[in-house]
Amino acid sequence: MKLTARTFKLASLGLAASLAASSAHAADAADTIKIGVLTDLSGTYSDLAGGGSVWAAKRAVADWMKDHPDAKIEVVQADHQNKPDIAANTARQWFDTDGVDVIVDLVTSSTALAVVNIAKEKNKVALVSGAGSSDLTGKACTPNSIHWTYDTFALANGTGAAVTKSGGDTWFFLTADYAFGQALERDTSAVVIKNGGKVLGTVKHPFPAQDFSSFLLQAQSSGAKVIGLANAGADTSNAIKQASEFGIVQGGQRLAGLLVFLSDVNALGLKTAQGLQFTEAWYWDTSDANRTFAKAFSADMNGKYPTMVHAGVYSSIIHYLKAVDALKSDNDGAAIVAKMKEMPTDDPLFGKGSVRADGRKIHDMYLFEVKKPEDSKGAYDYYNLKATIPAAEAWRPLADSACPLVAK
Amino acid sequence: MKQPSTAKSPEIWIGLVLLALLAAAPFVVYPIFVMEVLCFALFASAFNLLIGYGGLLSFGHAMFFGLGAYVSAHSLKVLAWPPELAILAGTLAAGGLAVITGALAIRRQGIYFAMVTLALSQLVFFLCWQAPFTHGEDGIQGVPRGTLFGIFDLNKDINLYYLVLAIFTGGLLLIYRTIHSPFGQVLKAIRENEQRVISLGYNVDRYKLTAFILSGALAGLAGATKVLVFKLASQSDIIWQMSGEVVLMTLLGGLGTVLGPSLGAAIIVGMQDNLKSLGDWVLVAQGVIFVITVLLFRRGIVGEIMALMNRKPAK
Amino acid sequence: MFELLGVAPQALFAQLVVGLSNGAFYALLSLGLAVIFGMLNVINFAHGAQYMMGAFVAWMLLNYLGIPFWGALVLAPLIVGVFGLLIEKLMLSRLHGIDHLYGLLLTFGLALIIEGVFRHYYGVSGLPYPKPIEGFVNLGFMNLPIYRGFAILFSLVICLATWYGIERTKLGSYLRAATERPDLVQAMGINVPRMISLTYAFGVGLAALAGVLAAPIYSVNPKMGSELIIVVFAVVVIGGMGSIMGSILTGFGLGLIEGLTKVFYPQASNVVVYVIMVIVLLVRPQGLFGAPK
Repeated sequence: MKLTARTFKLASLGLAASLAASSAHAADAADTIKIGVLTDLSGTYSDLAGGGSVWAAKRAVADWMKDHPDAKIEVVQADHQNKPDIAANTARQWFDTDGVDVIVDLVTSSTALAVVNIAKEKNKVALVSGAGSSDLTGKACTPNSIHWTYDTFALANGTGAAVTKSGGDTWFFLTADYAFGQALERDTSAVVIKNGGKVLGTVKHPFPAQDFSSFLLQAQSSGAKVIGLANAGADTSNAIKQASEFGIVQGGQRLAGLLVFLSDVNALGLKTAQGLQFTEAWYWDTSDANRTFAKAFSADMNGKYPTMVHAGVYSSIIHYLKAVDALKSDNDGAAIVAKMKEMPTDDPLFGKGSVRADGRKIHDMYLFEVKKPEDSKGAYDYYNLKATIPAAEAWRPLADSACPLVAK
Repeated sequence: MKQPSTAKSPEIWIGLVLLALLAAAPFVVYPIFVMEVLCFALFASAFNLLIGYGGLLSFGHAMFFGLGAYVSAHSLKVLAWPPELAILAGTLAAGGLAVITGALAIRRQGIYFAMVTLALSQLVFFLCWQAPFTHGEDGIQGVPRGTLFGIFDLNKDINLYYLVLAIFTGGLLLIYRTIHSPFGQVLKAIRENEQRVISLGYNVDRYKLTAFILSGALAGLAGATKVLVFKLASQSDIIWQMSGEVVLMTLLGGLGTVLGPSLGAAIIVGMQDNLKSLGDWVLVAQGVIFVITVLLFRRGIVGEIMALMNRKPAK
Repeated sequence: MFELLGVAPQALFAQLVVGLSNGAFYALLSLGLAVIFGMLNVINFAHGAQYMMGAFVAWMLLNYLGIPFWGALVLAPLIVGVFGLLIEKLMLSRLHGIDHLYGLLLTFGLALIIEGVFRHYYGVSGLPYPKPIEGFVNLGFMNLPIYRGFAILFSLVICLATWYGIERTKLGSYLRAATERPDLVQAMGINVPRMISLTYAFGVGLAALAGVLAAPIYSVNPKMGSELIIVVFAVVVIGGMGSIMGSILTGFGLGLIEGLTKVFYPQASNVVVYVIMVIVLLVRPQGLFGAPK
């Protein structure tokens, strides 16, 4: 094969061209606030976060501009495909060359963990609404990030305590064999035992898994009153679907989902999901402001309704803009976050709350139960509220946090 | 008609031009992006050694890339080794893995070989997933870049850039020398007609295995270097979709050409970078490129250009 | 003896039966793959995507046209099979005679396109599909959902019928002859290219059939085929790439072994197939039922 001069020149020109093309990002005006929505636009979590998070961000900006018409705010988006390296690369580029000031959403804990580190490095801000790892306010906390909507501890606490107290005192766990699933199981077990319950057994299933029948049979034969699903997304949906196939719920055992979103319930259908109990931070049908938000969302999003992650994106941006407005500057990330911790939060969706020293946003959590099909009166009318877990009890106590920012 | 001058001089000339362009690149283009391209270009070139010159399609090459990344990240973060040792560790680990998997995979040929490498990479993926040091889903995060040889602070992007460029150039030179060596000639002969080479008395399996190990080790080198760029190692480096991507890069750029895989890597990485807001259309776009390339441009971009060039001389 | 293993015999049998129902899918899918490979020498990487299409077409038939499961069982494989026919005629046929690796790469690209398009329009959370047969049958050691039992039997019937068709009938003998000497068979007046196209379509139809069968019990989502396909590849390598019966037996067998793994070391149940593949490669490289090199 002859390697001629022209070939190499063309090849290197091609290389240079693609490199140059990729660097052609628009420069940005110094005083525009640029918000980057870094989410999963195409993969497993694109329904519970994804395009809806972008919508929520734009809505937050639009609502803010009603009271502040002179503000210059821009929203950009990117798909991290649930890969921490794509997330890291995008965050770096956004912060370094594209003038992005704050990154929001960050569904999937591994991407959130990567980006909060970069926010700290570049002194910008990261507001995590989609990911759940409680490490974000523990050993991985930074002065440049806030963990907004929910975390594994609050979910475990909510569901574990409420279900155990209401008679579900023997548990069997179906755990996804990865760090997140194991964390869910560990946190929930602790809560169950603290409330006087017993864990009869656990089985770890591969992540992801298609067929849960064998694990469900093991759960069935354990005789536990509650089967805890320490997994998320498609795994939870599959497990629930197959549980109904094997008559688990008819046989008298309860299913407790440890991480369930509105989009999952929609995918399952009420017939399969009815009776499922789980904790969430927000539901659309709880106040007029929430209902308005949801109706506007569904008009633009093909009839889908917003999940708690979408609401969290909205809420986090409103509070961020308030802090920037108070400081009159968007340059110093750590200072903005400090301000966000200093100011109490108040937005139409979550109401009043606050942000703690470890970066934890505090608000009430809710235990929901999925309605029976005959009780549902309209689109996405899926939940009955069973209990409210007050903010003071829902979250891991500050004293137990491994976050170095917390004075001990 | 004047014959082209000996193969050497235009190539050296071109190589220098390319090197000069790349040396100037970080002042024009975002350096992190160029480094990413260089790492994947090395990965694709290593892969090409096996398929383009050895005729062996490995559909599991991500296992070398990923293992190199994990070992390097662990060495940097937990063992607190200096970057030069960490990269070496990653490369050797990948090479070791190549010895084991190669010995198994060589037992089959052609499509079977591809299927076996794919399945083996799934096994390696599982083992890495279970091993606590990789931290599974979260990956190894916050990896410190360290100081090279105790002198160069790699936290400065520009210093790291020249290290990555040096590694890429070294790797490519090694591949180039291998292809043009007697070993390389035998390898090409095996690709063309294995039976004949056996009948000539060569231990074909030994040649294939050596190529496999070299290819795997260089892929591991690419992965280990990438860790320094992004400061993390994650499971996306070792899943089978990554194996598919490197095949795409090489095919698009040109199987069996020296620079083809690098061009393919630049295009694919650039495409992923620029189309990030389009979500799943990136997947579709990659699929379309695959299909069109296989149907119409089997020689890849560089290959097609070279074919055009070589048709010029009058009969 | 069972006490030593720490598992009650009832629980073990229950797991084996459930494993068999998974094996039914492996067998059906690896059968399709083996048929396509035997005839075209192409590894159909799009097999998983076509399986997914079968499930989606069943869902679409139900939700857009009101056609229930039993109708979908017939229509979906036909529809997806026609799609496969088009792929063969328009694309795969151009690759005849070139290195078989290109067939693999083409179908890989197709798999990406199909999955990407479905992901874009249908999201990834999955769609609900109702079971056509409700209820259990009491086997003594467990309550087996009737539908699962049906899936096992149905798959067995289709597998055996296909095996019989290829190995024991005249049409099958033409197919087998055409893989060896297409020129001779063509010379005898048999339209070999058409046979090849139809064989590909048949294999694709089998994948779609498995998809319809899967819709009521597994989640109908665009990613349902992509992890499964690699397991099926391993099954075919273990069984012996040219052997139809090998694929069927290995498929069911893998289901059983996975079932056992789920009892004793469940985290590894996804990868036990690869371990088996490694062992088979060391001991019998041509596969359990393959012809020696």
